Amino acid sequence: MNVQPHTVKAFGEELNQLSSDVARMGGLAEALVADCIQAVVRRDGDLAASIIDRDKQVDVMEREIEKRVIRIIALRQPMATDLRATIAAYRISHDLERIGDLAKNIARRTHVLNESEPVVLTRGVERMGKLVVGHLHDTLNAYSSGAVDEAVTAWRADEEVDEHYNSLFRELLTYMMEDPRMISSSTQMLFVAKNLERIGDHCTNIAEMVHYLVTGEELHRAPPVPKSDLSDPA
Amino acid sequence: MTEKIQTVYHANQPANPKVALDGVDVFYGPKQAVFGVTMGIPDRSVTAFIGPSGCGKSTVLRTINRMNDTIDIARVTGSVKIDGEEVNAKDVDPVILRARVGMVFQKPNPFPKSIYDNIAYGPRIHGLASSKSELDDIVETSLKKAGLWNEVSDRLDQPGTGLSGGQQQRLVIARAIAVSPEVILMDEPCSALDPIATAKIEELIDELRENYCIIIVTHSMAQAARVSQHTAFFHLGDLVEYGGTEEIFTNPHDQRTQDYITGRFG
Repeated sequence: MNVQPHTVKAFGEELNQLSSDVARMGGLAEALVADCIQAVVRRDGDLAASIIDRDKQVDVMEREIEKRVIRIIALRQPMATDLRATIAAYRISHDLERIGDLAKNIARRTHVLNESEPVVLTRGVERMGKLVVGHLHDTLNAYSSGAVDEAVTAWRADEEVDEHYNSLFRELLTYMMEDPRMISSSTQMLFVAKNLERIGDHCTNIAEMVHYLVTGEELHRAPPVPKSDLSDPA
Repeated sequence: MTEKIQTVYHANQPANPKVALDGVDVFYGPKQAVFGVTMGIPDRSVTAFIGPSGCGKSTVLRTINRMNDTIDIARVTGSVKIDGEEVNAKDVDPVILRARVGMVFQKPNPFPKSIYDNIAYGPRIHGLASSKSELDDIVETSLKKAGLWNEVSDRLDQPGTGLSGGQQQRLVIARAIAVSPEVILMDEPCSALDPIATAKIEELIDELRENYCIIIVTHSMAQAARVSQHTAFFHLGDLVEYGGTEEIFTNPHDQRTQDYITGRFG
């Protein structure tokens, strides 16, 4: 996009630094999401513990990015693409921080899940997790490369994640009704799925920001579709 | 001269422009400074002209009240209309035109007269007041509109040149308002002022917008963003992009506009 260098070089460097920070933070968050699914599937307590620890780093990065953004707005008064890049960095870092938190939350569930019998449902969660990680990956790639189509594709694909969640929800409900001993672990699994679904939502937010950053136009949400599953508490 | 490609966005062209420029070319001697500028400027709003030095923005501004007439080698072709009337028509008296189209310059230029006479001068020569009390009224309302009345009401007989820079600039704005213009042109009105005086002028511009068509040339992009509703970007004598100020500053369509307002050239 901005082939021309800035007349004020330091400003250009600050903007580059900002977007590389966001990309780095995105890499961290993506790894947390991928790992938390592994932790659930493999019942890996150590991995879960490391996720909880690494999430702190994501929080620190969010604060650093926020500071940089405030500094740029105060000292440089960014305009046009620079303004959009600054705002996008701010908003995306916030979504990434939330994604980190949700991954941490999933990791915490692992500890509880490991205390009970293995749930058969891990496959469904794993599939959903892979889908979400893929979307996050594509969206972050689009942020780095400016390939807006990729972001739009990932944005559209979130519907699939929601469908996954709804079918998992129904499935878990059936299990719980069949065998009340499964209620505790199934509920934990339900939270895992719910958190993944919300990570997917944050991905769509990021995709929207990438679209705004590149085109200057807002990506409009499709009119809300009534939830197909009315028993869904979400 | 190689042919220039012009990209102008007409999304915000008003249906009934107060000022309409059509294919305006300006030459200084053999050198062409402005190339075929076509734009409609709406009434009761602020339109900012921005662009790097020498891009022709002031020259275009000066075609609107025929200030280029005062430069011997300047030649203007094309059409400039105010309310549909051609300003370059032979029967238009530039003095009357300049009463309809007031102008404020970069440096405040009060007459070396009292504050009162600075304002009263225009109405007197144009015969706008029939009595002393009517003239007093004009002076008072003009100073009030320019936000200067409270600061000078007790010393109207003092020389206008004794005021501070910001006050002088508001004085010349009051002087421009006194002859009831329809259009006010401002050429870098704040570049010689400190931030507080600038803020006062900007506030004044925003108030005047209710009654006048204001066109402001500014080098401060932040100022254009703050005070104007429409922004036109000029480059090398071309009108490159013209549209709503918010659009221009968040999502300009032309790469040159983009580069200029983000500080990538200039």
